[in-house]
Amino acid sequence: MHPAFSVVFFTTATGAGYGLLALLGVLGGLQVISPDFWLGLIGMGLALGLIVAGLLSSTGHLGRPERAWRAFSQWRSSWLSREGVASVITFIPAGLFGIGWVFLGRTGGWVAIAGLLASIGAVVTVCTTGMIYASLKPIAQWHSRFTLPGYLIFSAMTGSVLLNALLQGFALGSKTVLATCILVTLLGWGWKLATWRYNDRLEIATTANTATGLAGGSVRSLEWPHTEENYLLKEMGFRIARKHSTRLRQITQGLAFALPVLLLAATFALPRPFAAALSLLAAIVQFAGMLVERWLFFAEAKHTVTLYYGR
Amino acid sequence: MTCLPSQSGKKLGLVIDLDTCVGCQACVTACKEWNTGGHMAPLTDIDPYGGHVDGVWFNRVHSYEHTTEMGGRTVNFPRSCLHCETPACVTVCPTGASYKRASDGIVLIDEDKCIGCKLCSWACPYGAREFDTDVGVMKKCTLCVDRIYNDNLAEEDRVPACVAACPTSARHFGDLGDPLSAVSQLVAERGGVDLMPELGYRPTNKYLPPRAHTTRAASVAAPALEPVRAEGGFLGWVDRMLSN
Repeated sequence: MHPAFSVVFFTTATGAGYGLLALLGVLGGLQVISPDFWLGLIGMGLALGLIVAGLLSSTGHLGRPERAWRAFSQWRSSWLSREGVASVITFIPAGLFGIGWVFLGRTGGWVAIAGLLASIGAVVTVCTTGMIYASLKPIAQWHSRFTLPGYLIFSAMTGSVLLNALLQGFALGSKTVLATCILVTLLGWGWKLATWRYNDRLEIATTANTATGLAGGSVRSLEWPHTEENYLLKEMGFRIARKHSTRLRQITQGLAFALPVLLLAATFALPRPFAAALSLLAAIVQFAGMLVERWLFFAEAKHTVTLYYGR
Repeated sequence: MTCLPSQSGKKLGLVIDLDTCVGCQACVTACKEWNTGGHMAPLTDIDPYGGHVDGVWFNRVHSYEHTTEMGGRTVNFPRSCLHCETPACVTVCPTGASYKRASDGIVLIDEDKCIGCKLCSWACPYGAREFDTDVGVMKKCTLCVDRIYNDNLAEEDRVPACVAACPTSARHFGDLGDPLSAVSQLVAERGGVDLMPELGYRPTNKYLPPRAHTTRAASVAAPALEPVRAEGGFLGWVDRMLSN
């Protein structure tokens, strides 16, 4: 599948943003993190900024972005529509929570309820994003039990590493948060490795035989219907990543998982300015790594239409 | 509404005979010609005379070499929308632009509602939908909905353009929901198949596999020449001398 940058950035940014929003909503509303104007402003600003930037980026993928409002109508059947609805609804409790926690400095009561609802909204939205891909049968690498949990784990991972950077920046870092970040990152690493292992061993039932209805023997493409690449091949016949997949997987593992774990582990032992700097670096490096991971997620996915082209 | 409607039982579609298709591309050009002025018009061409030709087509004919223990043969394979009974391209549509008609099962796009998110083309395993980069919306086969019900055409012309154009009658149009229709009987008689049945889209269009190789007809090709066996005697000596 063609990795359109708008969609790669969209899913990575909103994943991190919703992860951070979910954590702030629960931890802030329940006063695990005490209200602090600047911490709250930067934290909620970062979370909502990532979400809004991602959502705006996703409209760049559209052929007719001015009609994007129509996408809220088909939530009964479409995961994409559900994602749109969930993302917009989540802004309501997130906004209320932001007003209460950041500007009024309150916790508990309605602020806690708004925070909790914002967290639920964030998790639901990430689920709908994951289901857009997991529900597509023609793409076996996505239509698997690894896709939805992957989106949730990576959202929790990038969100918690961002939260740690934020807390360290305000000298509020804790060993619990650090340890959680490391554990979730290791979980993400393990999940990605398991996903790749599953995809590499995938035995896809759909073949050139079933695609053409020609039973038995071999079906070899002799001639395409067109001499140049068409929409189908440009959008779904993307092949560059398969050539470089080993190298790109190494880069993903280094940037998204290994380096952040090392940086976060070093944070344990270091005093404040260094701890904050390393925490911030871990978040940035991980975000870059997740962009590569998401790029690969698209580029390595093989659509059944490529069977018609002998690819 | 992109939820699938309860069907009336009528399932209009095509039956494509892979035995008789000669790959002449007449259906492809007839489709383009009709539809670039039809319901989903235009079928935009990008850089049509340049080095990077691209454009929207509803019907594409591939050629394959199918090799079995019975031997090999060339199979020409027209590929277009199969008007599935459970089309995921419709249910994934976030705007309601994609829909399946309850009255005859035709899958269509309302161009005025399409936002061009391309998700329907990802959801279609058959590559039936092509994005029009110029207009910014998705396009697909309409089963010539503007021909088959068109009172301005003579009755014999009220078939999809691809069916009308086919010189070998490899394409048949009819109601596959009616077991007594000519197309349904053809499918039953010839063992018509679904494409990618394992994905569960339940395509309406059926493909008739090429007929089995026959041993009854005389072989067209002469038997292969056998190598000259080494012979003894004078002729053998001449053969060896001339071979040196």
